[in-house]
Amino acid sequence: MGGIDNHDSYSDAYLRRQLNSIKAVALVGASPNWNRPSYFVMKYLQEKGYRIYPVNPRAAGTEILGEKVYASLAEIPDNYDMVDIFRNSEVAGAITDEAIDLKDSKNIKLVWMQLTVRNDAAALRAEAAGLQVIMDRCPKIEFGRLNCELSWGGFNSKVITAKRRKVRIG
Amino acid sequence: MSPKPINDKSQNYGFETRMIHAGAQPEPITGARQTPIHQNTSYVFHDADHAASLFNLQTFGFIYSRLTNPTVAVLEERIANLEDGRGATCCASGHAAQILTFFAIMEPGDSFIASNRLYGGSITQFGKTFKKFDWQATFVDVDDPENVRNALTPNCKAIFVESLANPGGVVSDLESLSEIARDAGVPLIVDNTMATPYLCRPFEWGADLVVHSTTKFLSGNGTSVGGCVVDSGRFNWAQNDKFTGLAAPEPAYHGLNFYESFGDMAFTTHAHAVGLRDLGSTMAPMNAFHTLLGCETLALRMERHCENARKVAEFLESHPNVAWVSSAALPSSPYYELARKYMPKGAGAVFTFGVKGGYDVGIKVVDNCEIFSHLANIGDAKSLILHPASTTHRQLTEEQRIAAGAGPDVIRLSVGLETIDDITADLDQALRAASN
Repeated sequence: MGGIDNHDSYSDAYLRRQLNSIKAVALVGASPNWNRPSYFVMKYLQEKGYRIYPVNPRAAGTEILGEKVYASLAEIPDNYDMVDIFRNSEVAGAITDEAIDLKDSKNIKLVWMQLTVRNDAAALRAEAAGLQVIMDRCPKIEFGRLNCELSWGGFNSKVITAKRRKVRIG
Repeated sequence: MSPKPINDKSQNYGFETRMIHAGAQPEPITGARQTPIHQNTSYVFHDADHAASLFNLQTFGFIYSRLTNPTVAVLEERIANLEDGRGATCCASGHAAQILTFFAIMEPGDSFIASNRLYGGSITQFGKTFKKFDWQATFVDVDDPENVRNALTPNCKAIFVESLANPGGVVSDLESLSEIARDAGVPLIVDNTMATPYLCRPFEWGADLVVHSTTKFLSGNGTSVGGCVVDSGRFNWAQNDKFTGLAAPEPAYHGLNFYESFGDMAFTTHAHAVGLRDLGSTMAPMNAFHTLLGCETLALRMERHCENARKVAEFLESHPNVAWVSSAALPSSPYYELARKYMPKGAGAVFTFGVKGGYDVGIKVVDNCEIFSHLANIGDAKSLILHPASTTHRQLTEEQRIAAGAGPDVIRLSVGLETIDDITADLDQALRAASN
């Protein structure tokens, strides 16, 4: 069951399974400015093959990185597996509740709160509704870390393995 | 409901496993087990958009080897992992690592506090060359940490010490110093070259950044000059307005705020994307490869280095031609207890002793050694000997030389991995010949 201690660390296997199972992401707090963290994450996840639906009421109707911006999660017409929250911890609670309400109609599986964003009460509500929750992490950093890309920048991925990684050639 | 997350086994491997494996996985396309030497300058972009993402730091990847290189990156992750840091930036030398570190945190007119017992080359770099950047180093005796607190000024940006000082067997009280740094809102930077992450764990005692000359014990065979700065990832660069390069819009990167964008990865990202980009002090891939080979045997070598050095120190302490021995491995050392606290596995392999007869006898001892190599380096498998006053510390004043433990009678040893009885016999005959 969800508890505070459970969200202090996530196993590599768990993060890998979540990142491999999702295909579409609603990114709440998406910025149209190229040098904002949310823009970095959106662009990176697009390159990795994820479909991103940016959500930002102030930019609704415009486009970010070729995708139409929506004012809210409910306005996104398609299904999406994950809600990625680029807002502060308090606001993340209300966004998590929206995700719980839309869980069945949008087929949402995972609520992800970005680095420094953590709302344990909201996580408990989401988990009680059957959603997976990851907090205080960045999907770009975790995807890069688990796929050896973070290592390219001199970072400590903490991944130790003598297995030959499978790569798709072509 | 989430499955109960558990710590991966991979995050709990021991030091010896990590010194061999961290950062280096089998090369996925060929299966090559040893890290390939990427003797290569530039990397092909998939398309214009990919290139733009790389230049904007929006994706991970290689552009040009002045910034990052796949072989160097393996060494960076290896050292970051061994220090339990967030990331590391390798560069051309230990001196380059120091410039790279201060470049990220200093502005013209800023100052920092440094130990007055640093390696002589660092004292010259900080005290003379840094002045040309309008960076002011204030040297204090850090044996009393209150001296550091009293030397703090509003424009002080860092405190810099060696965990184990070169050459004199001096150990810094890292825990007390880190408290002072934390109170002042500045990073504690620790040069961990002489101790290596096997003997001393600066981040566990509150240090924020660690620098290395990888030339020494990490590479271990005297093959490759190199340096490294490791970031703990724990310093909050936005806690005050001191660190504009890291926590304010960076004019050298289109106004990007590194700390806001990269969080605990900010320092290492900045050190590559701005520091190496503009200072250009890159580590060569071949040097990274040799240093990686050294890391694979670090723990084994350090154990024997420390054992041999302790036996040599004990031998010299009872030698009739020796006036004194300054090694933190000896109970007679004022730093013995600090060494037991901060480097319980051993007090390193470099120490000094004084010969009876002073400067002239000191030079003769060096000249009469047969196995000890007379050269200006430390941390080689080979035993090394040097008379600092006439060589590495020559540019210092007499007062600075004595403060740095490099007075006229001082001889520095870096005890190697030869047969211990051969090492002590060589010193014995050299001391007797010089004193006759």
